[in-house]
Amino acid sequence: MNTQEITLNMGPQHPSTHGVFRLILKLDGEVATGGTSVIGYLHRGLEKLAESRTYPQFIPYTDRLDYLASMSNNLAYVQAVEKLMGIEVPERAEYIRVIFAELQRIASHMIGVGTFVMDLGAVTAVFYPFIHREKVIDLFSMTCGGRLTYNYMRIGGVSHDLPWGFVPRLYYFLDYMRTAIDEYHQLVTGNEIFLSRTKGVGIITPEDARSYGLSGPNLRGSGVRYDVRRAFPYGIYDRFEFNVPWGETGDCFDRYMVRVQEMEESVRIIEQAVRDMPEGPVMAANVPKVIKPPAGEVYHSTENPKGELGFYIVSDGSTKPYRIHIRRPSFVNLAVLDKAIIGWKVADVIAILTSLDFVLGEVDG
Amino acid sequence: MSFITNAWNFCWDLGVRLFWWGLDLVKFLLDFADNIFLFVAGTVRFVLNWAVTWLGMGEFGNVLVEIAMVVVYLAGILGVIMVSAVVLILAERKIAGFIQLRPGPNRVGPWGMLQTVADVLKLLSKEDIIPRGADRFIFRLAPVLILVPTILAFAVVPFGRGMIAADLNIGIFYLVAVTSLATIPFLIGGWSSNNKYSLLGGMRAVAQMVSYEVPMVFSLLGVVMIVGSLQMSAIVEAQSRVWFVFLQPLAFLIYIIAATAELNRVPFDIPEGESELVAGVYTEYTGMKWALFFLAEYGNLVLVSAVATTLFLGGWHGPLLPGWFWFAAKTSVLIFFFMWIRWTFPRVRVDQLMNLGWKCLVPLSLANIFVTGIGVYLYKSLGW
Repeated sequence: MNTQEITLNMGPQHPSTHGVFRLILKLDGEVATGGTSVIGYLHRGLEKLAESRTYPQFIPYTDRLDYLASMSNNLAYVQAVEKLMGIEVPERAEYIRVIFAELQRIASHMIGVGTFVMDLGAVTAVFYPFIHREKVIDLFSMTCGGRLTYNYMRIGGVSHDLPWGFVPRLYYFLDYMRTAIDEYHQLVTGNEIFLSRTKGVGIITPEDARSYGLSGPNLRGSGVRYDVRRAFPYGIYDRFEFNVPWGETGDCFDRYMVRVQEMEESVRIIEQAVRDMPEGPVMAANVPKVIKPPAGEVYHSTENPKGELGFYIVSDGSTKPYRIHIRRPSFVNLAVLDKAIIGWKVADVIAILTSLDFVLGEVDG
Repeated sequence: MSFITNAWNFCWDLGVRLFWWGLDLVKFLLDFADNIFLFVAGTVRFVLNWAVTWLGMGEFGNVLVEIAMVVVYLAGILGVIMVSAVVLILAERKIAGFIQLRPGPNRVGPWGMLQTVADVLKLLSKEDIIPRGADRFIFRLAPVLILVPTILAFAVVPFGRGMIAADLNIGIFYLVAVTSLATIPFLIGGWSSNNKYSLLGGMRAVAQMVSYEVPMVFSLLGVVMIVGSLQMSAIVEAQSRVWFVFLQPLAFLIYIIAATAELNRVPFDIPEGESELVAGVYTEYTGMKWALFFLAEYGNLVLVSAVATTLFLGGWHGPLLPGWFWFAAKTSVLIFFFMWIRWTFPRVRVDQLMNLGWKCLVPLSLANIFVTGIGVYLYKSLGW
């Protein structure tokens, strides 16, 4: 019997493509036989814009890369510039940066996990993480006034110190977070339907993961234990004691589990950071008013919630960078999608897509 | 002295009499409430009969009266469906809200009670789009057809003591036959939309609904075997001492699962699979056509809960209060249960759904029939 392959366009407008992402899917009945990702619907030319902005002026632009992890983007960029200029950041600022970066990791994974379960059909599962995330955002907006994009890190430190009342609220949040994660394990991780939808689905082998350049929970879910915080420690991450969770099989369930466990680890790191944080200035004293790095180039990468975010900055000695290239983790992670969905049904295509947890702001830049 | 004793005796006597009169009055009122709809229908019939005799139409007049009564019953059933749809749309959203730790609609009217009115007005005012290349006649036919099996099936649902529109002696058989018709509008709606998403949704809908007809019917068979009759009122009568949910727990469970699949609700809402297929079968339907699909879904929800109440939860039996009140209460509990499941679980995949239906539920329901058969035989022969 002759059957026909249909081409289904999961267009830029779709309830579960997490932004304006287009996937042209070739289906043989229910089974996907191939797919082509089409991106660029959110391209804003950030790298080109950087050439006509001064170094401090570019910090708000980094917020808008992966708009769900703005603090981490800020951190990567300012650390790259500090590396280029050889600026030492004061201790207190380093601890504050770690606290905010890890809080941001919790917030970002909350969305990643919530939307993952929502796309499997349990709409309720997106509301609970968003409630937890609200508490993180309350902490952020208390400090710097922003809820999604913060522009908080500065070249040489952070823009201002923690507000009065921040630390008690942070402790309250950390206690609350533990019960929240338990609740999540109860409702989702043990659910029979959830397990049958995600276990063994969308397996990405470690070899594929390495060759496609995956990073973050996607890579660690496949069993490759690479975390930038351990491999190339930046800031003061080498002072903290935390585990790097990883998965055995590389299926959707492992990627989900890695994210949930990373949230638990972030809570540990924040507790240690708050305990050890010294008093002091939050901005380096010797940072010039006009940032003019010496001519040269630098590449610096950090462990973003989505993966390894890298900034490659080429400076020609003036106040504006000659070229900034951003190694965007979602852009690189997305490349594996075309291979990972082959042989899986339409429902699984959605599950795999969401388990990669990419953000279109970062994919398109 | 004796005056006081006499007065006391008189008062006591009066009190006792008033008490028993009061009880009688309450009994009368409850009985009246129990039969109030029958009373109204009876009055209408009486008036019609009188009108027909006054006009002197004879035999033909009797036929007319019967047809008019059918119209009255139909109006009653449509009233039930419409009112319940209006209430359920809001109830679903409020329950969803509470499960998701948020208030749900609360802007339009106190407690959001006018939300459905706002929704209906919105849907009525939407532009009616028929996609280019769609099969126009079939496209417009599908949402109309989908309500028909639901309304037909309500004809054999016993809402209370003596309150069935048509007490067929093949009640269950008729019910199953009519609900099977509900598959067709999904298929033709999906095909005629000229849209791949709708097509996928329609195909899945057919596969799902046809597969889950089988365990649904088999689970009902257990009840029929115990009662020995297909008539809905007989089934309710047979539960006057013990509800069948205690005699047939497995069948009840299988029926609830199969019914969720028939209703296309989560965890089996694959035809509509919101996060996968945009809106599946309903993608190209706008405004009132879409509203009709949803009216049918809520109508089916009420129907399935009503049938489950009739067959497993004792129908309209219940102490004191009128029968239709107990029926409504039990049906509402089941509806809440369906909504609770919807907002808790993720969706199953299509092949897992088929696996569950054919490899798990069908053998279980067959085993249930086997055990019930043995049980009934032993009951009859040993006189348990």
